[in-house]
Amino acid sequence: MASFTKSLFLFLFIQFCFSILPSSFAQSPTPGSSDGYTIYGRVKIPSFGTKEFSLPAKVSNVKVILNGGQRVSFLRPDGYFSFHNVPAGTHLIEVAAKGYFFSPVRVDVSARNPGKIQAALTENRRGLSEFVLEPLKEEQYYEIREPFSIMSIVKSPMGLMMGFMLIVVFLMPKLMENMDPEEMKRAQEEMRNQGVPSLASLLPGAARSN
Amino acid sequence: MAMAIRVFLSFLLFLSLTNLASSLYEDQVGLMDWHQQYIGKVKHAVFHTQKTGRKRVLVSTEENVVASLDLRHGEIFWRHVLGTNDVVDGIDIALGKYVITLSSDGSILRAWNLPDGQMVWESSLQGSKESKSILNIPKNLKADKDDLILVFGKGCLHAISGIDGEVLWRKDFASESIEVSHIIQSPEVIYVAGFVGSSKFYVYEVNAKSGELLKNNHVALPFATSGESLSVSGDKFVVLDDVRSKIVTIDINNGNINYNQKQVSDLIKDSSGQAVILPSKLPGLFALKINSQVLLIKVTNEGELVALDQIDNTAAFSNALSISEDQHVFAFVQYEDNKIQLSVKDVNDWNGALLKENLVIDHQRGNIEKIFINNYVRTDRSHGFRALMVMEDHSLLLVQQGEIVWSREDGLASVVDVTTSELPVEKEGVSVAKVEQNLFEWLKGHVLKLKGTLMIASAEEKIAIQKLRLRSSEKSKMTRDHNGFRKLLIVLTRAGKVFALHTGDGRIVWSTTLHALRKSEDCEHPVGLNIYQWQVPHHHALDENPSLLVIGRCGPSVTAPTVISFLDAYTGKELNSLSLAHTVARVIPLPYTDSTEQRLHLIIDVNKHAYLYPRTPEAIEILKREFSNIYWYSVETDNGVIRGHALKSNCIHEIVDEYCFVFRDLWSIVFPSESEKIIATVTRKSNEVVHTQAKVMTDHDVMYKYISKNILFVANAAPKASGEIGTATPEEATLVIYIIDTVTGRILHRMTHHGCQGPVHAVFSENWVVYHYFNLRAHRHEMSVIEVYDQSRADNKDIWKFVLGKHNLTSPISSYYRPEISAKSQSYFFTHSVKAIEVTSTAKGITSKQLLIGTIGDQVLALDKRFLDPRRTLNPSQAEKEEGIIPLTDSLPIISQSYITHSLKVEGLRGIVTVPAKLESTSLVFAYGVDLFFTQIAPSRTYDSLTEDFSYALLLLTIVALVAALFVTYVLSERKDLEEKWR
Repeated sequence: MASFTKSLFLFLFIQFCFSILPSSFAQSPTPGSSDGYTIYGRVKIPSFGTKEFSLPAKVSNVKVILNGGQRVSFLRPDGYFSFHNVPAGTHLIEVAAKGYFFSPVRVDVSARNPGKIQAALTENRRGLSEFVLEPLKEEQYYEIREPFSIMSIVKSPMGLMMGFMLIVVFLMPKLMENMDPEEMKRAQEEMRNQGVPSLASLLPGAARSN
Repeated sequence: MAMAIRVFLSFLLFLSLTNLASSLYEDQVGLMDWHQQYIGKVKHAVFHTQKTGRKRVLVSTEENVVASLDLRHGEIFWRHVLGTNDVVDGIDIALGKYVITLSSDGSILRAWNLPDGQMVWESSLQGSKESKSILNIPKNLKADKDDLILVFGKGCLHAISGIDGEVLWRKDFASESIEVSHIIQSPEVIYVAGFVGSSKFYVYEVNAKSGELLKNNHVALPFATSGESLSVSGDKFVVLDDVRSKIVTIDINNGNINYNQKQVSDLIKDSSGQAVILPSKLPGLFALKINSQVLLIKVTNEGELVALDQIDNTAAFSNALSISEDQHVFAFVQYEDNKIQLSVKDVNDWNGALLKENLVIDHQRGNIEKIFINNYVRTDRSHGFRALMVMEDHSLLLVQQGEIVWSREDGLASVVDVTTSELPVEKEGVSVAKVEQNLFEWLKGHVLKLKGTLMIASAEEKIAIQKLRLRSSEKSKMTRDHNGFRKLLIVLTRAGKVFALHTGDGRIVWSTTLHALRKSEDCEHPVGLNIYQWQVPHHHALDENPSLLVIGRCGPSVTAPTVISFLDAYTGKELNSLSLAHTVARVIPLPYTDSTEQRLHLIIDVNKHAYLYPRTPEAIEILKREFSNIYWYSVETDNGVIRGHALKSNCIHEIVDEYCFVFRDLWSIVFPSESEKIIATVTRKSNEVVHTQAKVMTDHDVMYKYISKNILFVANAAPKASGEIGTATPEEATLVIYIIDTVTGRILHRMTHHGCQGPVHAVFSENWVVYHYFNLRAHRHEMSVIEVYDQSRADNKDIWKFVLGKHNLTSPISSYYRPEISAKSQSYFFTHSVKAIEVTSTAKGITSKQLLIGTIGDQVLALDKRFLDPRRTLNPSQAEKEEGIIPLTDSLPIISQSYITHSLKVEGLRGIVTVPAKLESTSLVFAYGVDLFFTQIAPSRTYDSLTEDFSYALLLLTIVALVAALFVTYVLSERKDLEEKWR
């Protein structure tokens, strides 16, 4: 439930970001250049809590990677990035940002329609109308330690041991009391007959021979 | 009862399934892992010390790293690792606040914010021709409003605004066929100078405001020139003629170009050697190197050459540094029998030395290759100097007042190969001296720990606990431990230096620059290639030290001469080194050792000869015995051929060499070159341990794994689609997968992925192979698994056959026997691009496997092999679920807690190595790139030992409570007994 509300919040926030973004340019042919086009885009990491566009300090370590390492680009302070001289074709853009999970983006650079660029997230096949890349989720690298509680001690092996001991100490006498004295006597008799239980007597064959 | 067990088992399975991700708590960081950051061999360095505050040096390196280092301690303030093709050509500071880098052959210009490394702007420079790239930033001490950055790259001169990276104008020189080598800026005019051909020197004058070509001028020299020309001052250049006997001085004063020439022999008596102009930029001076001597020559205003001094045994010259309006200084280093002398001199005042210091530098670091100087003002207003030195082993030193202030082992940024070695056994009596702790300290520590367990510790106490944990652990001891966690990681770097790193804390135990891999006359560009375990002493001879074999080559080509070297693994001492008469194409460690536990190695050269090492009669004896059992294969990527080989006979030479063998081709597989091109081959690790050959299926059926050491995975792509992503369409791309037996050359399995292309990364383990490739149709990365089973042994499951002895399990397994193979395969989507894949290896091979995937974001993800199981189905039956089969999903999950690098990055990741610990559940992982990262992982959790955070205090507490309860109940029962008796 908590994660649902969180994701809902994220979704709403993304919607909010979209609504106040100036329409960013997704493509543009390079003037005067013979080979290739320029891909412009923007990476937006919503900083939770503040409504301003203050990108977190982590942004300086964000890398945008074209075609699995063919080229690596970095973000400007406003989150924009660009790849120049990209030939027409279908390309893959990945964003490597510590702490965030980004979907790779399929980018179609059209040759027939110069400079026409289409982008779609490959994880969920969602098309992008504007070339703005948002993290799909935040990545938590560490397990969160649960706060101290009595239950965790009770659940631990030692706790169970203690619990068992308590049961034996306080409940067993009660059970013994409720037992029929005759039955008890019979059981004691049986025990005496068997003598000291040995390993041999535990084996079914040996028991039969007894 | 059976039902109960079943329920219990499924409960256990459920528990284990929920824990597929092996994760870490934040306070456990650094307990078992370490991370080291490097930058690589420094190419350029720029100091930034003008302003008060943090003093830093900005560097660019051969690993394409741009970094800002703290000048006080050598730590990294910030660092950016550029793409592999994005080679940095120049670095400088503009406007006093931006770091400007020129990269990718002068086509990308970036500005980084000086304090925090944030990229401010990026400019793409267009051009049509490959050319030298020059970055020129005018050195105005006062930040000008309109600061111009001049860049020459791709045959064009660009003027770029330093504020926002806007290209103000560009002038194309591509049509002029000029090799531009100098850009000289004066306030109004920019001079662009260079040679056309080898004898015509052109100078163009360009308007600095508009980029308009004002005039051009040239001079034709009556002879050809050789080597780079050097700009001595704003209007004078020097260059050598093609026979290197004359120095030509070119003067471009006032648009007229004049030249003078002078014989080298006029300046120096003994001018027999080859003269080279050193590329140090010194105003009015230049350095000419002849043999091992360096001649400093002054160029007077009239263009006359005057020999100033002759310096012997010099190592490196720095560029000039201007310390005031008219004072320029430079530094050079000299070797004087075992001593290193650093001198700083004024360019104009030759006789007085500003600084003369003797240095002591560990000779393991090799020669000084580069030196950069910087000055500071002492309290008495005199100038002090500090020098940054780049050594032969790629390390970086800062020297100030005759002492090394800090050093960085940046050779570790270029690890080439890794092996491990066990540590010495702990001897009695030599154990590390126990530190006496007083009782109070001991008690305090335990109270702190208990507080931590009960989660009531404050922030400072938590830090104290962390420190206590790190200190008390014995992980950094120099002896072998029971669990096998402590080992030596022995890494070979590109510089030919060998380092031994302790797995406990990553410190350098020893480092050795191999004598054979030092730069010398006959070994110009030594490179380290491989490192192998040469001798691992037997359990009975533990007092002997293990040794290592290092293979290196004197140059990048396969035909370059080879050197091998033997090292002691505990001390790093070079035991022996050999310069081989033959080349090295491949090294095959054989599975045989001689009586001294030296492993036999075959070295294959390019002329199809195999050489046996060690060169002892005993080794020959062993080889003769196993002569017919030695097989190997070779992959010819260019021809698309894979061949299998076996030894034939001794070489037929004039000189009889009984350690040399010729070999024959047993088989060859020729792939159709028009449709397939080999892009990846992977084989099993030779030291991998397989625990069980059989796999029990859900229906109590048994499948036998096809386990063979001689098995090869080959991935072929269509030639059109063998390039990078984005160059091919799905229609023209196919990926063909082969699994080949390398003894018989039999193709065991073949599979085609239509619409897929490389790069392929694969890992082979036991009977399965996992590979990663790109699916063009879905435009996503995919990972596939192939599991190979031996069908011919499948009918062995009848118990009567075992009883009657009619099974074929005892029949010898030979590669010549043709088993029936069945292969199962499944594919899944995977989100990220991949840089490396490895699989965990454990001591006995019992523990389940995890794939270690180095992603494009330079992180290492541990992915359970159970996610890559061809038996996964959409709706697994109850029985299958109990066995741990995960319902099929179209993509592999990326659980962020299972990144073994947690919040760290192994920048520039190139490889992952796994080594088994002695403890079966644990595997040691070492990832290397520009950074190094080491950790221990337990793919099925540490089922054979208590976890690190096991609370002994709680155990003690329980025991005490139990004992107390025992007494209380005893007393109570006694009392009750008494009461009963009274009654």
